[in-house]
Amino acid sequence: MSSAPALVVDNLRKIYGNGVEALKGISLTVQPGDFFALLGPNGAGKSTLIGILSSLVNSTSGDARVFGMSVNQQRSEAMRLIGLVPQEINFNQFEKPFDICVNEAGFYGIPRKIAAQRAEKYLKELRLWDKAQHQAREMSGGMKRRLMIARAMMNEPKLLILDEPTAGVDIEIRRSMWQFVSGINAAGTTVILTTHYLEEAESLCRNIAIIDHGTIVENTSMKRLLATLDVETFILDVTSAPAELPQLPGIILRRTDEHTLEAEMARSQDLNTLFAALSANNIMVNSMRNKTNRLEELFVRLVENGRQPPEAGESKRKGQGKAA
Amino acid sequence: MIRHTNLVALYTISRREIVRIMRIWTQTLIPPAITMTLYFVIFGKLIGSRIGTIEGGFSYMQYIVPGLVMMSIINNSYMNISSSFFGAKFQRSVEEMLVAPMANWAILLGYVIGAVTRGLVVGALVLLIALFFTSLHVAHPLIALGAVTLGAVIFALAGFINAVFAKKFDDIALVPTFIITPLTYLGGVFYSIKMLAEPWQVISHANPVLYMVNAFRYGILGISDVSVGWAFVLMLVFIAALSLVALQLLKRGVGLRS
Repeated sequence: MSSAPALVVDNLRKIYGNGVEALKGISLTVQPGDFFALLGPNGAGKSTLIGILSSLVNSTSGDARVFGMSVNQQRSEAMRLIGLVPQEINFNQFEKPFDICVNEAGFYGIPRKIAAQRAEKYLKELRLWDKAQHQAREMSGGMKRRLMIARAMMNEPKLLILDEPTAGVDIEIRRSMWQFVSGINAAGTTVILTTHYLEEAESLCRNIAIIDHGTIVENTSMKRLLATLDVETFILDVTSAPAELPQLPGIILRRTDEHTLEAEMARSQDLNTLFAALSANNIMVNSMRNKTNRLEELFVRLVENGRQPPEAGESKRKGQGKAA
Repeated sequence: MIRHTNLVALYTISRREIVRIMRIWTQTLIPPAITMTLYFVIFGKLIGSRIGTIEGGFSYMQYIVPGLVMMSIINNSYMNISSSFFGAKFQRSVEEMLVAPMANWAILLGYVIGAVTRGLVVGALVLLIALFFTSLHVAHPLIALGAVTLGAVIFALAGFINAVFAKKFDDIALVPTFIITPLTYLGGVFYSIKMLAEPWQVISHANPVLYMVNAFRYGILGISDVSVGWAFVLMLVFIAALSLVALQLLKRGVGLRS
């Protein structure tokens, strides 16, 4: 069991009763200890996949194995290994966070004494201990999302699935949540994350699958995927942007306002060329940043523009990019 | 390991249900006690005093006590499980149980234990209130206890099935209004079916509540309109059939899984 992949999704297909084919026979593998991003636009099939993995959705065909345990054939054994943080708040809002966590442990067969110790540990780690004995409905949105993470940790899962856990959460709480999740990943828990905040996926995840219209359009490592980005756009804060901009070979320079320039250039081109040309024209650069997140640029290309990035190393394409 | 998991899960669900009942006791325990007190005052004291003895030398008040106790038990057992399980569906907290490695029987039994507990606590309260109005001597304690327990289990299972199919709160109010209340009122709570003319006496035998009420009345007063042995057989058959239906619904995930 220890050598088995954390997750093997094998030709999984789901057709809902209304005829919608949410998953069209997808396959992917997540290795133990990975921090894996599962991205895709709304309605792509991410939540259906997570629903099947957590046994809330019945698959039409195919199977998934969690550390070797079949979700179809060994449901109890597979579920024992999973912790789920769903997209929607799904605890009894009239119960207390402490009771929600202890009861969750009970559903996994964990005795009450141990459950109480774990509840205290995880509620403290997620900074919810002072709310432990209040009704959950009194908590803020960010607290409720952290409570769902604490609840998912009660069975100390080997595979933690986070379905848009930071939706609508402010930046400070989001960072604290990622600090916690990164910590448990570092301790050995495999993490699968879906999110619409692509900078989160880029900074946290080592491997990535992009799903669209029920098919996997990209499944590779984050490094390889980012390496396929051939063009980047930088925003330059300058002391004074002249009306007449210098013509630079291979670089498209645009003036946004009197203190801001945009430079679009190939990733293969070195930045020294750009700075040398700007210096030669007496344009002083105060600061510089990427216009968009790199993963966001690729995501848009793959999903919305239906374009493919150039082949990169061992990158596996399981389908074609969608026509927007 | 799996067996241990199911036992802990069963304990967790039962405990959570009982804690919920006790936490909101003003909604779960007091209203039925007040309603039944009004029944005792109006039907038992005011109207019953003009009726005199009804059967076996018992006063009308004594005669209706077992029926009213059974009525409150089945109503509360049904309402508890239907509102609690549908509430879990509505808030999606039912997913906590569906994604856990526990067996379906543990989910069902946990909710049934909670519902039966509420039914029996309310029944005990109603019986206690009845003692303020009349004296009772329990003729067959074990039969009385068996009848109320099986009656509570039957309506708990029926309430669970109702909650599985319910899509909105209105759906869990329909069955009590249009099925349980008429069955209870026509199930010999307030009268002996021997008082009915044919064909109503025969038709009444198709009402399952009649057997529950009379089995309990036999346990308390020692009199019954139906065979007590047959009543217990029927109740056990109902429990077996409803349990199979409920477990099948859970297995197929009807109303719970996509």
